[in-house]
Amino acid sequence: MSKTPLLDQLESGPWPSFVKDLKRIAAKKPQVQDLLGQLERSYKEKITHWKHGGIVGVLGYGSGIIGRYSDLPDDFPGVEHFHTMRINQPSGWFYTTEALRGLCDIWDRHGSGLLNMHGATGDIIFLGCRTENLEPCFAELTANGWDLGGSGSTFRSPSCCLGPARCEWSCYNTMEACYDITQEMQFDMHRPSYPYKYKIKFSGCPNDCVAAVARADLSVIGVWKDDIRIDQSAVKAYAGGELKPKGGGAHLSKLDVQADVTDLCPTFCMSFDGKTLKIDNKNCNHCMHCINLMPQALRPGTETGATILLGSHAPILEGAQLSWVIQPFMVMESPYDEFKELNARITEWWAEHGKNRERVGELILRVGMREFLEAAELPPVPQTVRIPRANPFFFWQPSDFEAEAKGRKYYTRKGYEVE
Amino acid sequence: MSQRITDIGPPHYSKFLPPIVKENYGKWKYHLIPEPGVLKHVSESGAELYSVRAGAARLITTDFLREVCDVADKFCDGYFRFTSRNNIEFLITDKAKIEPLKKELKERGLPVGGTGHSVTSIIHTQGWVHCHTPAIDASGPVKVVMDDLFEYFGTHKLPAQVRIALACCINMCGAVHCSDIAMCGVHRTVPKIDHDRLRHLCEIPTTIASCPTGAIRPHPDKALKSVTVNEPRCMYCGNCYTMCPALPCFDSEKGGIALLVGGKVSNAKSPPAFSRLAVPYIPNNPPLWPEVVSAIRKILIKYTEGANKWERLGEWIERIGWEKFFEVCDIPFSYQHIDDYKFQAYDTYRTSMHFKF
Repeated sequence: MSKTPLLDQLESGPWPSFVKDLKRIAAKKPQVQDLLGQLERSYKEKITHWKHGGIVGVLGYGSGIIGRYSDLPDDFPGVEHFHTMRINQPSGWFYTTEALRGLCDIWDRHGSGLLNMHGATGDIIFLGCRTENLEPCFAELTANGWDLGGSGSTFRSPSCCLGPARCEWSCYNTMEACYDITQEMQFDMHRPSYPYKYKIKFSGCPNDCVAAVARADLSVIGVWKDDIRIDQSAVKAYAGGELKPKGGGAHLSKLDVQADVTDLCPTFCMSFDGKTLKIDNKNCNHCMHCINLMPQALRPGTETGATILLGSHAPILEGAQLSWVIQPFMVMESPYDEFKELNARITEWWAEHGKNRERVGELILRVGMREFLEAAELPPVPQTVRIPRANPFFFWQPSDFEAEAKGRKYYTRKGYEVE
Repeated sequence: MSQRITDIGPPHYSKFLPPIVKENYGKWKYHLIPEPGVLKHVSESGAELYSVRAGAARLITTDFLREVCDVADKFCDGYFRFTSRNNIEFLITDKAKIEPLKKELKERGLPVGGTGHSVTSIIHTQGWVHCHTPAIDASGPVKVVMDDLFEYFGTHKLPAQVRIALACCINMCGAVHCSDIAMCGVHRTVPKIDHDRLRHLCEIPTTIASCPTGAIRPHPDKALKSVTVNEPRCMYCGNCYTMCPALPCFDSEKGGIALLVGGKVSNAKSPPAFSRLAVPYIPNNPPLWPEVVSAIRKILIKYTEGANKWERLGEWIERIGWEKFFEVCDIPFSYQHIDDYKFQAYDTYRTSMHFKF
């Protein structure tokens, strides 16, 4: 009789089965046999059988490894230690088979052979390593050009969409920005020195394929400032049905340019008279809808960069937040000095004022946007807010009166001089 | 000790880009989706790159990955990538290889799809396979939901893309909180205090500080060196357990799955939005979670029936109103649906006469 009657029911069905995959490797990996046993127990008892944490790691690093121990080590000795290793992924998750086979070899030698491609933050996740194998595994990884990512209260492994590698919409080089900033932040990634986790994600356009706005403390989303590029003959081809909406990715084969594109434009800044598509670009809010529907006719402009947003995180602890705009436009070009300097001001301010396990977005809610903007040396701009406050409870500081006396339009304590 | 290598960071991506990507980096002009699961990118230079997208489980093995490498060697000169939703993309330049590649993927049980107006792979967390705080498993519910919605993975028949996600507890690792449909594991019982362990394992001030509702207090019996939980104030977030292992809040019978719907991250038409509570509790019923599967199918079907073209699930609900959403999906409205958590609650109350009977 099967030892895993419940899990066995997940072997059939059209979607790829993790149970089938795990069973296949269990023949040569006794720890996977035990993992299946423990998982079957969880399925039966409807409860997890992993103990709470445990601090393990590799020498000199305070992150990259998450300790995991079974609470049933006598029944399933193979998963007594079953630690996670996070291996920092290359930008855009491109691989060669040679490189991945190399990683598989390392992981087969030192661990369970189980992994995720990839974890939610972006890293390659190796699941199931014994404590004594962590250091040898790490040594082999680094000897082959790989390194651990972040975990705990550190700078977490940044991730990015594939950007200019395969997308016509990318407004900056997401791949290089991600690589460059990752290298710049190695110390902060591997040695926990922050109040809590800190993530950066790079998306090339407002479609935001890596969900930067939802799950990165610092969200870098590509944007253009000038006009959407239009190929009028392609617009006509869409109107005539020769070109399919969304390049063929939609449930409809013919586009009604007025009903589907211009009437659904959130700012009503476009019109189509049957021949020519007109866009009032000054009133475009770069939502991407028209571009998404007519990829052969429309493209973002050429004066490109990124909007910097800050603050998103999942519900722990004050409720989920989406990132909000702190700088509407930044040119994102190597060596990314402006970005790095802003990032340093943010992390330094947060590290100084943040409470233990307080995300930077929560700190701003606690102390106020002004405190943050002044520390980050950013001026107040209307793009930061959706609507201004409705209450009259705003603060004035002595510096405001001083600046006012000097005839300045915007005031900050540091005397940010914007006329 | 021999010289250790540290802080080298990840390899530079240029090592892994196929020649066509290097040559056309930043020069892509437009793309097409000639059929579900196949993307065609055309460069200013006229070069054409095909990407064949296949779905896979997120929990995989080195055996599986080597198999994927074999396929990539056979058809793609050894180049492939993963998407942000755990799909695999095989990158090819020779159009004639698409059909043989698809055939091979089919034989190996890898479904092709996940493009355009589809239900693509469910992003998810670790669940009982590897996590210490989950209310539910992750890989299992994902497998059964994708089995059920399989017809939508390889087709473009939905009004817009539908992004499903699963988090095995309310920590919500991943962007579950901004998904069209989100499954979220929920605990529903207060922490069971293990006083003997607590005194040895936990720092009492940080444990008290960890509670977002102030429900944890020092135990009146000072000799005990422990804490008490004001039960009515506890909303089972498990944050205290993260700080103190002697406060587990698991319960094999009361834990379950909540469904949240209508979130999105893209800016297209409407701004990014959180998913909102649709179903507060569905029993945790392994191995096939039939109640979860049917609840998700019902929401998806009602959405496809009711949505205007191009409407995301949340945009459809926003247009018809949540009261209509609960009506058409036949979901009972409960106290749990009404927000009472901190600063976000007030913004969700209706302050107008704009509602429907």
